[in-house]
Amino acid sequence: MSETPDRHSADSSDNRLAADMEKVDPAADPGLAEALEQERAREADEDRWQDAFHRIISGGWAVSLGAILLAVLAGSLMIIVTDEAVQQASGYFFSRPSDTFAAVGEAVGGAYSALFQGAVYNFQAETFAGAIRPLTQTLTNATPLIAAGLGVAIAFRAGLLNIGGQGQMLMSAAAAGWVGFGVTGLPFPLHLILALVAGILAGALWAGIAGLLKARTGAHEVIVTIMLNYVAFYLLSYFLATPGLMQAPGSANPKTPPTPESAQLPPLLGERYNLHWGFILALIAVAVVWWILNRSAVGFSYRAVGQNPRAARVAGIDVSRSTVSVMLVAGALVGLAGVTQVLGTVTTGFGADIDAGIGFDAITVALLGNSNPIGVLGAGILFGGFKAGGSAMQAAEGIPIEIVLVVQSLIVLFIAAPPLVRAIFRLPQPGSKPKKKRSQAARKEVAA
Amino acid sequence: MTAPTVDGATTGAPDAPRTVSTISWKTPIALAVVLALYALLMLLAPREGSARFALSTPTDFFQIPVYVIPGMGTAWVCAAVAAALLVVSVLATRDGRRTPLWVTSVYAAALLFGFLAWAAAGSPRDLSVVGLLGGAVALSVPLVYGSLSGVIGERSGTINIAIESQLLAGAFTAAVVGSLTNSPWAGLVAAMIAAALVGLVLAVFTITYRVNQIIVGVVLNVLVIGLTSFFYSLVLVPNTQTLNSTTRFERLPIPFLERIPVIGPVLFDQTIVVYLMPVVVFLVWYGLFRTRWGLRLRAVGEHPRAADTVGIEVLRTRYRALLIAGAVGGMGGAFYTVVSINQFNREMTAGAGFIALAAMIFGKWNPIRAALAGLLFGFATNLQNVLSVVGSPVPSQFMLMLPYIVTLFAVAGLVGRSRPPAALARPYTKE
Repeated sequence: MSETPDRHSADSSDNRLAADMEKVDPAADPGLAEALEQERAREADEDRWQDAFHRIISGGWAVSLGAILLAVLAGSLMIIVTDEAVQQASGYFFSRPSDTFAAVGEAVGGAYSALFQGAVYNFQAETFAGAIRPLTQTLTNATPLIAAGLGVAIAFRAGLLNIGGQGQMLMSAAAAGWVGFGVTGLPFPLHLILALVAGILAGALWAGIAGLLKARTGAHEVIVTIMLNYVAFYLLSYFLATPGLMQAPGSANPKTPPTPESAQLPPLLGERYNLHWGFILALIAVAVVWWILNRSAVGFSYRAVGQNPRAARVAGIDVSRSTVSVMLVAGALVGLAGVTQVLGTVTTGFGADIDAGIGFDAITVALLGNSNPIGVLGAGILFGGFKAGGSAMQAAEGIPIEIVLVVQSLIVLFIAAPPLVRAIFRLPQPGSKPKKKRSQAARKEVAA
Repeated sequence: MTAPTVDGATTGAPDAPRTVSTISWKTPIALAVVLALYALLMLLAPREGSARFALSTPTDFFQIPVYVIPGMGTAWVCAAVAAALLVVSVLATRDGRRTPLWVTSVYAAALLFGFLAWAAAGSPRDLSVVGLLGGAVALSVPLVYGSLSGVIGERSGTINIAIESQLLAGAFTAAVVGSLTNSPWAGLVAAMIAAALVGLVLAVFTITYRVNQIIVGVVLNVLVIGLTSFFYSLVLVPNTQTLNSTTRFERLPIPFLERIPVIGPVLFDQTIVVYLMPVVVFLVWYGLFRTRWGLRLRAVGEHPRAADTVGIEVLRTRYRALLIAGAVGGMGGAFYTVVSINQFNREMTAGAGFIALAAMIFGKWNPIRAALAGLLFGFATNLQNVLSVVGSPVPSQFMLMLPYIVTLFAVAGLVGRSRPPAALARPYTKE
């Protein structure tokens, strides 16, 4: 088999077949040669399919699907063990096991159907407009997740882990909110743009602190961003609790006044849906980040630093500057998430919980999206759907929305460990060769 | 086993032969900035009246009268002391020496005392020093245990962002098991097991599957918050009597010692979990720096390949370290439910795990220093409580912010350079 390395690739079965062919003299037996030629073409064709299939089941998509399946299974298990009907039925499991299974099916089926109807399409709605309402809610929830997810993802590509989404969102929300209700007399688009810019700048600066400390002193960005989260939280709490700063006049609650109409992101599909233009901004952000990462010199330097800071320095890239600038960009993106919250989703005034855990969800979104902008878009929409569906599930079935946290974190854990998922589903490991069975048959034919 | 090889690779003293001392002005600059801010505060918001410090409790051997000192006068004297120490630091730096530790310590103490005098000035209520210190000890318990958990894990080469989830898992399990068995001891042990399980998950994903350690930590935090909140609302809330009202550890006053003024009530009238704290700190320190186990553990965290070469099982050592670290963290978690209050609440650890992480870094990955940093952060948190009793002019949010700001300064290089173990965050693959 090794005598024909130049004509055939390393694929051993190909070689075997070729060797068989060489044994046959075409002039002596043209029929057999032709049959072999056909057999070989057919096998190559099948190989292609088999290869493609193999690539799919050993590739990232299969792992992602497997991870989601495992996480959903774990979620189902949690629903089953806490469901009262299941507990009652399992009390007499051995006399009538079918009752238990029916109860399990009802609990899990009810939960996931509520999740689906709350996230995608509501079958019970009278009109089409009502039926797609959940979908628009999913996209509304996805808006800040996509923006903040991009912020985490771009930092991640530069080798930095931005855990500071919470702080960056809080500061950007504070700035945008303050411009929103503090500045009066500006007409609609101008006021909105000013608030947008203020919020995005605040997010960028807050993340920039972490970038600067990392670049100047070598302080680990994870620690710095975590600490900045708490500083931002208490700072905003102070602003909110102080009359004259951000507290709504005449109120004792730590809450801001509502965002005026002139600074609001207008609704995207009419007043009846919550979806606002923030979603379009998030889509633009996806495109911009894609362009930065794949087409710009800055993005190249980010990726170079992320891959190997030493090599990047040798190649003449200013690693410190790149660190600061990527954190500024990341903060701006997370800032966009905070801005869309206060100018689009929560316009009735906000408290110190305006980040709603999005800063941390963004990390999981970025991981699920493999730190690539298109992936982040998909992951953001998926998690936005979980959020919308989770609330519906809580309302309809009384299942606490925290189950969504569990499912999300399990998805990310499993996706981060492909060998584990492959082992559980017995998927082939990447780099292994698909098993061939056809060549045996071909050889037998030749022998006969 | 060839001891010299191991020693050379592990004790982390490669800087001994070549002493490169760079003159860093970081410390004097930081001290000057803090002093300037302090003086600015005193100038802009002067306060009338005197501060009252109460040192005694009624059960003490002898009573110390309430000290009444002029608020602003004391504050400015303290500022002068701090200024003198700043000069010492500047001179030391000019001579190319490091600022001695006592200078920074006395400086911090002087400014703290001045700040207290300023904050308590004019208040009719006594500022209870016992309350301040005693509360600080109690609040620092989860921070100290958490930071020890971090130290053990990170010395073996695994970043432990999941301290928060270990505390939370410990608190939850201690509440449930403590309620079921009516025994706080069972709760404590169960908390240790639960937190060790969190450590095991961290180990499986970071060591066996070599997933980014920070990612696993962050995700584990979310996972445990989700799990505990889910079961809290569905299982614990409807069954509060049976599942979520545990017996607590009683205070164990130590005879005689508890009646020493100030020290007695602060240190010798606590629960067993608090008494265990110095013991565990010592054990971890002794284990890490004086035993074969600790030497191997640190070897694995500094240079796994070298450790592997001399026959240390890198992966097994790391697994064991994370399990032990989890158990220690669980003790801190148990504090919430079997010492502090007798039931579990949603997300009750409220970020203590991250302060513990900060304490570990502040303490330069050394168990004793980390524990001291934990005490300091506990003190900062309690300072806020005490000052709000006295009616302090400082908004509580700024006091609550303090540990985080201190940590920011610390990681940015105020308190020397924090050097993590060399192989931290690097999974090990045997070749």
